[in-house]
Amino acid sequence: MRPGGVVGWALAAPALVVIGVFFILPVIAGLALSLTDFDLYALADLSTLRFVGLDNYLRLLHTPLFWQALGNTLYFVAVGVPLSIALSLGAALLLDARVARWQGLFRTALFAPVVTTVVAVAVIWRYLLHTRYGLINQALGDLGIAPIDWLGDPHWSMPAIILFATWKNFGYNMVILLAGLQAVPRELYESARVDGAGTFRRFADVTLPMLTPTLVMVAIMTLAGYFQLFAEPYVMTQGGPLRSTVSVLYFMYEEGFRWWNLGYASAVAFLLFVIIFALSAALLRFDRDPAAGR
Amino acid sequence: MAAGSPTLPRAIRGAPMRLTQPGNQARRRALQRLAASSALVTLAGCGRADDPRGPVNFWAMGREAEVVAELLPAFHARHPDVRVHVQQLPWTAAHEKLLTAYAGGSLPDLCQLGNTWLPELTALDALEPLDARVADSAVALDDYFAGILDTNVMPTAGGHRLFGLPWYVDTRVLFFRSDLLRAAGHAQPPRSWPEWLAAMRAIRLRGGSRTYGVLLPLNEPDPLFALALQQGALLRDDNTRGAFSQPPFRRALAFYAGIFREGLAPAMSNTQIANVWDEFARGLFAFYVSGPWNIGEFRRRLPRELQADWATAPLPGPSGPDVSTAGGSSLVIFKSSPRKLAAWRLVEFLSEPATMQRFHALTGNLPPRRSAWRAPALAADAPSRAFAEQLERVRAAPKIPEWERIFQEMQLAAERVVQRKQTIEAATTELDATVDALLEKRRWLLARAQATARR
Repeated sequence: MRPGGVVGWALAAPALVVIGVFFILPVIAGLALSLTDFDLYALADLSTLRFVGLDNYLRLLHTPLFWQALGNTLYFVAVGVPLSIALSLGAALLLDARVARWQGLFRTALFAPVVTTVVAVAVIWRYLLHTRYGLINQALGDLGIAPIDWLGDPHWSMPAIILFATWKNFGYNMVILLAGLQAVPRELYESARVDGAGTFRRFADVTLPMLTPTLVMVAIMTLAGYFQLFAEPYVMTQGGPLRSTVSVLYFMYEEGFRWWNLGYASAVAFLLFVIIFALSAALLRFDRDPAAGR
Repeated sequence: MAAGSPTLPRAIRGAPMRLTQPGNQARRRALQRLAASSALVTLAGCGRADDPRGPVNFWAMGREAEVVAELLPAFHARHPDVRVHVQQLPWTAAHEKLLTAYAGGSLPDLCQLGNTWLPELTALDALEPLDARVADSAVALDDYFAGILDTNVMPTAGGHRLFGLPWYVDTRVLFFRSDLLRAAGHAQPPRSWPEWLAAMRAIRLRGGSRTYGVLLPLNEPDPLFALALQQGALLRDDNTRGAFSQPPFRRALAFYAGIFREGLAPAMSNTQIANVWDEFARGLFAFYVSGPWNIGEFRRRLPRELQADWATAPLPGPSGPDVSTAGGSSLVIFKSSPRKLAAWRLVEFLSEPATMQRFHALTGNLPPRRSAWRAPALAADAPSRAFAEQLERVRAAPKIPEWERIFQEMQLAAERVVQRKQTIEAATTELDATVDALLEKRRWLLARAQATARR
């Protein structure tokens, strides 16, 4: 080992110990737990703990509610992530526009939902979404649309959750994208204009390619975050109606902390980890291969 | 959800790296001081928790926790040496909190416990049997409604033991609009299923398409559960397998789903009904299967001119008055408590008929002791009388930790039948398969216990 190596390891050791104790060990313990049937009975008497191998995973694949939860989560991710990023990008472009005034004020206002408490905001959104007295249905009523039972109808509950989550989160990505936009050299736009490119061509051929790395990072983080949908259904619908807003994480929470099937819940957690990992890896390829982004 | 939150702290986490060396040392010293002081606090805390003369920690839920403080002065007057510390838990978080406290060894001395949670905490061996203490005290067990008391008796290896004393009771009866019922030609509330159906049909016929006979919210398992209890056992083989595909439950489900099929009940969950009391006042439905808290709510929320037109009646049974659910809360003492005697003194005090009457006056909660019902506030109260009658006929739910979950699964199966997604046969067969899978560990434990006994 190089002489510097020892010093390096010594300096890194405190951080490594913390990561080991608070991250790696729990992850290994969780993985081990997912191979057992740790439940209420095992909590009372450890001798009833059984090693079940991959049974939890196999059982999971045969549980209709898990597939429904996965379907709900994919619905949320497939609609929510593009919508959220499009909204963030739109807001960032507006803020970045030369004509925009009071940029600081708007940036703060649009970022505000991100730093609010989900539970508090959910109370307000429940009022907004109320079938009879809600502002949203009143506005729709003015347009001649019959009232929608947002949180009671299984077809509308997920769109309501998506709406809420998107509103709550788009500000975060907006700030990152705004920073990305401001880093695009102005000369590129100037030369594009000299070459006769219109607004749309400049956006498609200058802004988007320059923004690709930022967009990929934003997409990965949003994807990973949105897959972990939990607090919104927890405070708004408790998974209902007809379990239409049960997400994978909500399913795991119910199994683990409501029914105390910790072994089974750990298996859910690992499966979710594998899914997020695979999708993030797939997205990263866009970033590595510059041609793929254009 | 974690969309922004897990990423946000990363920006903040970078900050300490910029700390200069002296700053770091100061920080380390501060941390050391913090660690030392927190160790002291922990030690002091431990000392207090194990002290037999310390205050009795009493966990209570929701409204009961607010009200119990008003009962305590009378208790302190009698037991000046016992201090009580009441902690309020919200109902929605209480179950998790109890299990987590058990796992973390930080249970209180005394707790208010929904009686359907008793099997779970008995399975954890967390509760103190109360038989001996009751025998030595003035608490008269035969004064309690038998069905309610039974929910606190659990089978153990050493026979049946009493693990809690009922604090207040809950069951389901019929709330109804007496004016609508009379107008439809029924002077008396229905006592059997056929009478009930006839009354609902008459009301529907008279009221037209915007009236229903009864409101049975699709996300509430209790009404169907009460009807099913009237038909027979829901589990078989020593509570290790479901009996939902057997004729008794199928009959109950057929009656329940039939009410919806005939258009006598709206297929709605109670999140879809903005205000049950408004709709009841408007006459959207004439019957409502509900519990004691709605006596107070109906008085508060229904318009004055309607106050003479609602009443309660015991739940109709297949062929005459029959059983309903045995719910409510019990007072339990935890095995881990170092202050069991002091905690028991409080249980004794709260179980006295006079205290129960005051408790009823403060909360509207119905007392579990018959002698407490002699108070004029209860004996002369017409809506409460139906409960008094019903409480003589209540039946405990299966006493297994998995029951709460089976209960939910049962309602989901019923919902699928009502929404015409499945037939009664298919839904109950599938329900039994689900329940059998949930009870697999129970069967294994039982087989293991039998094998050890044989050896």
